[in-house]
Amino acid sequence: MTATTHRAVGTPLARLEGPKKVTGAAKYAAEYPQDDLAYAWIVQSPVARGRLDAVVVDPTDEAIVVLWHGNAPRLRDADDPELAVLQSAAISYRGQPVALVVADTPEGARRAAQTVRLEITAEEHDTVLRTDHPELYTPETVNPGFPSETAAGDVDRAWAAAPVRIDVEYATPALHNNPMEPHATIARWDGDELTLWDSNQHPSGVAATVSQVFGMRPDQTRVITEHVGGGFGSKGTARPNAVLAAMGARVTGRPVKLALPRQQMFTVVGHRTPTRQRIRLAATSDGALTAIDHQAFSQSSRLFEFAEQTAVATRHMYAAPNRRTGHRLLRLDMPTPRWMRAPGEAPGMFALECAMDELAAELGIDPIELRVRNEPEVEPETGTPFTSRHYVDCLRQGAERFGWSGRDPRPRQRREGDWWIGTGVAGATYPAMAQPSTARVRAFDDGGFEVAIGAADLGTGARTILTQIAADALGVPVERITIRIGDSSLPKASVAGGSSGSASWGWAVTGACRALRESGEREAVFDTTELIQKQEKEGRHAFGAHFAEVRVDAVTGEVRVSRLFGMYAAGRILNPRTARSQFLGGMIMGMGMALHEEGVLDPAMGEWVNHDLAEYHIPAHADVENIDAAWLDEQDDQLNPMGSKGVGEIGIVGSPAAIVNAVWHATGVRVRDLPVRLDKLLPHL
Amino acid sequence: MKTFTYRSATGFADGLEPGAVFLAGGTNLVDLMKLGVAAPDVLVDVNRLVADEISELPGGGLRIGAGVRNSDLAADPRVRTRYPVLSQALLAGASGQLRNMATTGGNLLQRTRCRYFMDATKPCNKHAPGTGCPARDGDHRNLAILGGSDACIATHPSDMAVALVALDAVVNTSGPAGERRIPAEELHRLPGDAPERDTVLEHGELITSVDLPAVEVTNSAYRKARDRASYAFAVGSVAAALTVAGGTVGDVRLAWGAVAPKPWRARIAEERLRGAPATRESFLAAADAELAGARALRDNAYKIALMRNLTASVLERLAAAGGTR
Amino acid sequence: MRLTVNGIEHDLDLDPRTTVLDALREHLDLTGAKKGCDHGQCGACTVLLDGRRVNSCLLLAVAHQDAEIRTVEGFEDHPVQRGFLEHDGFQCGYCTPGQICSAVGMLDEVERGWPSAATGGDPEGEDLLSDAEIRERMSGNLCRCGAYPNMVPAIREAAGR
Repeated sequence: MTATTHRAVGTPLARLEGPKKVTGAAKYAAEYPQDDLAYAWIVQSPVARGRLDAVVVDPTDEAIVVLWHGNAPRLRDADDPELAVLQSAAISYRGQPVALVVADTPEGARRAAQTVRLEITAEEHDTVLRTDHPELYTPETVNPGFPSETAAGDVDRAWAAAPVRIDVEYATPALHNNPMEPHATIARWDGDELTLWDSNQHPSGVAATVSQVFGMRPDQTRVITEHVGGGFGSKGTARPNAVLAAMGARVTGRPVKLALPRQQMFTVVGHRTPTRQRIRLAATSDGALTAIDHQAFSQSSRLFEFAEQTAVATRHMYAAPNRRTGHRLLRLDMPTPRWMRAPGEAPGMFALECAMDELAAELGIDPIELRVRNEPEVEPETGTPFTSRHYVDCLRQGAERFGWSGRDPRPRQRREGDWWIGTGVAGATYPAMAQPSTARVRAFDDGGFEVAIGAADLGTGARTILTQIAADALGVPVERITIRIGDSSLPKASVAGGSSGSASWGWAVTGACRALRESGEREAVFDTTELIQKQEKEGRHAFGAHFAEVRVDAVTGEVRVSRLFGMYAAGRILNPRTARSQFLGGMIMGMGMALHEEGVLDPAMGEWVNHDLAEYHIPAHADVENIDAAWLDEQDDQLNPMGSKGVGEIGIVGSPAAIVNAVWHATGVRVRDLPVRLDKLLPHL
Repeated sequence: MKTFTYRSATGFADGLEPGAVFLAGGTNLVDLMKLGVAAPDVLVDVNRLVADEISELPGGGLRIGAGVRNSDLAADPRVRTRYPVLSQALLAGASGQLRNMATTGGNLLQRTRCRYFMDATKPCNKHAPGTGCPARDGDHRNLAILGGSDACIATHPSDMAVALVALDAVVNTSGPAGERRIPAEELHRLPGDAPERDTVLEHGELITSVDLPAVEVTNSAYRKARDRASYAFAVGSVAAALTVAGGTVGDVRLAWGAVAPKPWRARIAEERLRGAPATRESFLAAADAELAGARALRDNAYKIALMRNLTASVLERLAAAGGTR
Repeated sequence: MRLTVNGIEHDLDLDPRTTVLDALREHLDLTGAKKGCDHGQCGACTVLLDGRRVNSCLLLAVAHQDAEIRTVEGFEDHPVQRGFLEHDGFQCGYCTPGQICSAVGMLDEVERGWPSAATGGDPEGEDLLSDAEIRERMSGNLCRCGAYPNMVPAIREAAGR
């Protein structure tokens, strides 16, 4: 083994799969040729609640088979009721898969799905999230297992006594992940063995789940996920496409491809719940918070309780002796919400950080200074020390780099031509997590090493970063490492989610590489389960600060983000090139959340009616002007062997609030329901 | 998509059997066919039939072949110099790729983006006459404030058509009943109780070209408001041309987009403006006069303020630019 | 049915409903052009048709048998591809082939002096490859990862700026 002093971690190594991606050679799930391939198309329910009584197939249509609960194979229960596809007559939401067409061609499958006649008994539906709904309840826990409610001190007394108070309500709409690659699966059975080429964030997990659904051993399903066209949470678990493709292939005896059309991405694969939030902040006249109260309302489906952790970030952000957070949930005749980039933190911190801005204005204190004055020494609710927390440094250094000083705090002061101009700031936080994973490393006679782990690279740079980590752990140049990921037959990895991929998988890879060096063997396997179980879970967070300059057209109310800047303290940055791209990507999705994105609900239809990319707007090239990210060199040796905190999600946390606060500073208009579109500003300009 | 027979058109007099439609750029038709909203039996490809050239007309106008692609039309130096409003409108629409595909004739005939029309599983008087209009009580933030009916409040999505209407363009057609010259303003019809018919064209009548009359006012502009910076349909737009002499409005052409089932020629406003002082007050008063006929629903009243502001802003800039002939 | 792709003529037995995109992906194993929306709303399927960038998902193959189609597989070490690698102009990579084909087509449009919505009144005197111009001209290609800021210098440098 050749020792080297060169460190690969921390260098801007280019993505290993880059050449494949720019030449079209990188294969995504739907792109593996198969002999005798058949094509599937989902038939969705046209009503939000009711019963499917029969499916009538036009004998002239092009289907090989039309599966529905009347003829579909029986499945075992999965932990996720959304995967019990075609098992019951009950219709739980509009857009729910109620039948599956399999045909010889994609054109034939789509047409047959359009002509299949569904005999449905429709029932009255309820699809609107209201804060006065009698069926609201407090879930036992919120995702992924936090208590629903926390309290300390006496909020009501502190509220009554406070000289300065903010009591505001915010709303965020349903948001849709919309990775550029829609969910897709090719399923092929070889006897009792199932192979899925599937677009997901967790090959090991999808293999286990699909095996469970079909009553098989976990190793009877192999999931291949070499390249993934984004996911942002919606591909974190097996989705109905994986089960339906496997079912179609089982019934027809042919490989089956099921690539979801974009329109189905709005219902079948998950979304971010709409929220209603009430925030009360009480403070002394010099800006010391005396009480924080954050109550969040969100929705889930009839099928499954997904309770988003909207108010959880508030538990970690600011010091205050009296505090309360809570979550209320409403089950509706709507699709099940799921993870979408920073579930909980993204909508929750929009509300908290806008409320902090409103409080700063009320107090006449600079919004950065207000945050600094309420910086906690330890976790505000539990007293646990932080492994590292450089929030104030992010605010201060970010302010300097952005050019915050000398800002006139008064709104609606700066006008250039038709443009009102303003700036805003907001904090960011995201938990630094690690999850149990196993990696394997093998040494070859030519001096090369193969590192294998069933991880997935959705564009995060995981493949590249794990190679860097392995190179350093083995003390060899990166060229000597061959990395294998994206296959459930490799050692079991955790989900590419929760910004935990690099920490979780890098830890396992480091362990395996060290074990190999120490043992002198040709192969080593390392499982982090025990190490991670022993870890303290509290007090581990990345922090950051977002700064925005916007201009608002006084004629039309159109908002443009002239500048967006993020300053982060996220532990050790493993690859500055891919990390910067992750930060910027999160901030841009945050811009979409602030200004563009909304699932528009028609309550009578029980559906989001803007279900395509022409009507559900995500930021386009022209929306992204000057944007940049920077980070502090944060050392934290209590996290994992790399000292990393994860960078995939923090960019969307707080960036919407920074933009909305800047819109207020530009115009004097507080928009408290996202997105900030021109029709909400125009009447006040 | 229903299966269909494809054939290439060979002559203008071919006629069109029932269930057949013309295919040009396909950017809207193929889109709607995939959705099941359009289900023709026969596609007659006119790409080799219709002219794709821009030629000078006697007297100073331009004839735009119906097959001229949106990108070529926008980039044409004659169009940019003499009809800037048209070039700007085209460039404000769609994307570089779509403009390379879409034709002049097809752009005029594109159908509404109303979210109920675009979904074959929903009621809609336009795609399934008699099924009702859920937009009135449902999602109508981007639907019509002018010219709608109880049956339909869809808006026409074209940017280009708004400029053509402002420019008094003429649409030339050829069909079973011979050739016709239709003023652009009269091509699209208001829905009334037959919203399934977007235009006055008869079955088998093909747009062959569009004539731009001789330039009277080169001081023209298009401005579009939308929900993101690019690649989005308008929520409101203004096409205008203006001359000012001695502080007084001379000639003025004004058309609005995304507010009505057709490109909306603001004739009431124009009438108010001719001879009026070229001031912001006049421009606002003219817009208000036009908007007096507006009927807003729950979520689209903002369009009234938007069109008022946009109109004044565009006219102010044109007035400041000199308003010379 | 005949389809000419990257200089090679293919004889195919296609449904009249088959789009150029599906012909490439399902019949020719040319999966570089991606299906992101199938309705001309994202740009992931962008290819060059007789040299012009178009959305291949909205083209019926039957209507384009005489055309020269160029896909990302038809480029070899193109400056735009190099630029995307150099500047990390992608993350998941799914929109990338469309972005690259679009950029190649766009640079040709600029070469011909075509204006964009970002171009002011005097196209002769303007930089048609300013950052604002590149952003506007590339707006027909969505990227959910948000790699836009890195694509701008990639494209500018590919044009020799």
